Amino acid sequence: MSTSVTQFFEGLQSRVLEATAARRLQEKIVIQVGSATCEHAAGSLDVMDEFVKHVKSSGRQDVVLRKTGCTGRCSKEPIVGVTVPGQLPVKYERVNRELVHKIFTSHIQDGAPVVESALDDSLSEIHKSEFVFCAGVRCGLEGENVMMHKFAQKLRDRAPHPETIKVSKVGCFGACSQEDRGKCAYILHRPSKAMYRIHSEQDLDEIIATQVLGGQLVERLLATDQLVSKDFFDMYGDVAFFNRQSRVALRNCGVVDPESLDEYVTYGGFKALGTVLTNRDPQWVINEVLKARLRGRGGGGFPTGKKWQMAFDQKETTRYLICNGDEGDPGAFMDRGMLESDPFNIVEGMIIGAYAIQAQKGFLYIRAEYPLAIKRIQNAIDLSRASGLLGQDIMASGYSFDLEIRLGAGAFVCGEETALIASIEGERGQPGLRPPYPVEKGLWGKPTCINNVETFANISAIINFGGDWFARIGTAESGGTKVFALAGRVKHTGLVEVPLGTTLKDVVFDIGGGVQDDKPLKAVQTGGPAGGFIPAKWLDMEVDFAPLAKAGSIMGSGGMIVLSEEDCIVDIAKFYLSFTTDESCGKCTPCREGTTRMQEILERITIGTAVMGDLDKLERLAQLCQQTSLCGLGRAAPNPILSSLDHFRDEYLEHIIDKRCRSKKCVALIRYVISQELCIGCTVCARNCPVECISGKRKEVHVIDQERCIKCGQCFQVCRFDAVERG
Amino acid sequence: MSHCCQVSTDNWEDVKAKCLTALPEDIVNYIDDHKGDEHAESNLIAILHRVQRHFGYLGQEQMNAVAQLAQIPLAKVTGVATFYHLFRLQPRGKHVISVCMGTACYVKGAEKLSQRLMDELGIHYGETTKDGMFSLDNSRCLGTCGLAPVIMVDDQVYGPVTPSEITIILEKYIKQPRAAAPKAALAVQ
Ligand SMILES: Cc1cc2nc3c(=O)[nH]c(=O)nc-3n(C[C@H](O)[C@H](O)[C@H](O)COP(=O)(O)O)c2cc1C
Ligand code: SF4
Ligand code: SF4
Ligand code: SF4
Ligand code: FES
Repeated sequence: MSTSVTQFFEGLQSRVLEATAARRLQEKIVIQVGSATCEHAAGSLDVMDEFVKHVKSSGRQDVVLRKTGCTGRCSKEPIVGVTVPGQLPVKYERVNRELVHKIFTSHIQDGAPVVESALDDSLSEIHKSEFVFCAGVRCGLEGENVMMHKFAQKLRDRAPHPETIKVSKVGCFGACSQEDRGKCAYILHRPSKAMYRIHSEQDLDEIIATQVLGGQLVERLLATDQLVSKDFFDMYGDVAFFNRQSRVALRNCGVVDPESLDEYVTYGGFKALGTVLTNRDPQWVINEVLKARLRGRGGGGFPTGKKWQMAFDQKETTRYLICNGDEGDPGAFMDRGMLESDPFNIVEGMIIGAYAIQAQKGFLYIRAEYPLAIKRIQNAIDLSRASGLLGQDIMASGYSFDLEIRLGAGAFVCGEETALIASIEGERGQPGLRPPYPVEKGLWGKPTCINNVETFANISAIINFGGDWFARIGTAESGGTKVFALAGRVKHTGLVEVPLGTTLKDVVFDIGGGVQDDKPLKAVQTGGPAGGFIPAKWLDMEVDFAPLAKAGSIMGSGGMIVLSEEDCIVDIAKFYLSFTTDESCGKCTPCREGTTRMQEILERITIGTAVMGDLDKLERLAQLCQQTSLCGLGRAAPNPILSSLDHFRDEYLEHIIDKRCRSKKCVALIRYVISQELCIGCTVCARNCPVECISGKRKEVHVIDQERCIKCGQCFQVCRFDAVERG
Repeated sequence: MSHCCQVSTDNWEDVKAKCLTALPEDIVNYIDDHKGDEHAESNLIAILHRVQRHFGYLGQEQMNAVAQLAQIPLAKVTGVATFYHLFRLQPRGKHVISVCMGTACYVKGAEKLSQRLMDELGIHYGETTKDGMFSLDNSRCLGTCGLAPVIMVDDQVYGPVTPSEITIILEKYIKQPRAAAPKAALAVQ
């Protein structure tokens, strides 16, 4: 039986290889355009349309257009990649119709890249080739960067044109092999895509002699192992936002065409499933996942292998597997990214998970707000089924499993396991009591495993590269990487994948570029409405489940909102609480009534009518709600309040006692006053005030009628003499 | 399969004919096709999504018909329809504008956008302009936080949007009765 799986997979691979070879992409100029909800919103459909027109009218047969998913570099979208054979791939940012024309005439037709529009200034220097070193935090030879500097020096000494060769480093290619720890380093050569594994300085000399001076590959040093994020870095290795990241779950995002099964297979897809079905041992899969120390990425961080083991050990043999794609945290979008940009990987991860727990049927619960994700997952399901990778007798192994999409309908609480199950059953999505846990009695009373999208996104890599490998990427408690959705007041917004244990500072400053306009950082909010605030002084904290919990926050699904001095902590806490109040399903009193009452108190604090007793009341209510609510929504709802009280109590006190909001966010506490000294009586403010409450003659000092002022801030904005003061 | 899924009324043809006047044929067929499924009642949310896609909202008549055809108690249909935020029981304007009130957008000033929209349209959340042109809603994170603050008009996401751009966006829809969302062009190869 297992040989038939091998045959099946080889058949699939050779069919795909043939189809890929027929496209002859490596001989052509490939233009790739990002395509995902965010890219579309930024205008990537127009960009594609314009390229189609240009290619047609130019009549060039050697230019190919490709659609890829989204890399997660949100604020620079739409992103376009241009790969000319033998040259380094060039990425462009914020492409629009005019820029398409420029790219096409200058880069494609005349061979001159449009330097000023390169993504993140990646063409500030133009190079012919590049050596990318693994930064070597884990596997590097002689510690971080030593080899890189030696190599750069040798190049300067010996290469005829060292300025045409770039030497750089990336976070981690994902090699991290245990035996060679500290004894080897990996180097990617672009554009040849050769991956070298070196053990000594002599190896560096050989690369210089053979590759740099001789133009030949150093066959002896070519790495034989497949590296997880090689293709990603080959495309994006020169972009600062990406090369400090480690891409495992997101390795294919922005690299493959999310609607093509063939491309997914070309990039190593379904190999893991083949391995699993060849081994024919669910326990082996579970053991690998246990070894990987993979913890659920949906928020709770429960060890995935343990959950699978519990489901596998049930007596009942009708079992279900569910992928939780509800992504309710208002500020998180990594699951959407993976569903849209690498849907086959999620499907493959689910089939492997289903095999591990021996489930017959699976559901992907996706929120209806994500129409493109739904479309692409449906396409991935259909194509996989048509190719014998899903449904009856998967890969001729005898194992059968099928998948179905179920839509959410806009209820945050449906992300909670028992509510989600109720929703799939067609009921109101209200949580139920646990235990019994879903792994014992879940969907229609049968053992059910629920895992998050990102959890499944890691599975194929764990099988391909081994649980031990995955465990080494992370910390002693939790293996692997975590994807964060970096947003708020940060320079570079987008998806960031880093090894667990990376410091907050690395994420916010090294990758995110720091706070917008270089304002001081106030706090980082993690975990969304169920999480808390990490104050700026704790930036050196390692991002992992335990340290975050210790700081009074949670990992959550990975939303990371950067807050600056411009943001009022009380206001943000109120924002989260209004969210949970709206989303409380109303089943149990502490949550239904507690959230409403807490929100009322926060409202009083922000409009300046609260008294000190309110603060005690708030704290008591928060603790009550935390301890007595039925489900995770109510139990976590007070977290933003408690953690902000912990770290920013002085701001609460300022609001209550001094009636002052230092970030000028709480409108009721702001006063606009015109300075006698600075006002020259230009009348601009009076003409702009929507309620006409500013009086004064031309060339005389103006006055605001505080009774009628609605605090819209218009006068503050229009006065060119800084005469309007906000206090 | 529970017995409620089996059709036992003798005036079934009449009932069905009446439902056909309330629902389009494809939805009736969808319900019919899935009636024999194991756990057929679990398709209720999917059915309601279809009805709403067709009509823009869930009318009483339509919910009655769904309850009849799918043989699910009306109380449950109504219960589900009112539980989920995305289901609407009132007709909506020609274009539905949704302001994202997720965290990233809130931090980046989404409130100013919603204030501007309310001022320009003269309506609050959940309301529709007198001419039936626009309805205003808010939503929780459209998953494009990187572009915050964003608004969505029908299926088109705009971001980042400044309050003054609101006027320009609205004008687009007022001028062209069917707003020209950019056409999806597919790759040549
Ligand atoms: C109110 C609430 C909302 C939740 N929302 C989500 C969600 O959107 N996505 C998700 O994967 N998990 C969510 N969870 C966590 C799930 O209940 C569950 O723990 C998770 O999907 C398990 O998958 P994992 O083990 O892979 O993390 C939520 C939990 C609660 C209490
Ligand atoms: S804690 Fe809140 S959301 Fe959870 S069951 Fe109770 S009322 Fe519903
Ligand atoms: S705009 Fe400034 S300077 Fe002019 S009248 Fe108003 S406060 Fe005075
Ligand atoms: S804040 Fe607004 S309402 Fe008040 S004085 Fe200035 S412009 Fe007029
Ligand atoms: S918070 Fe607005 S799109 Fe996410």
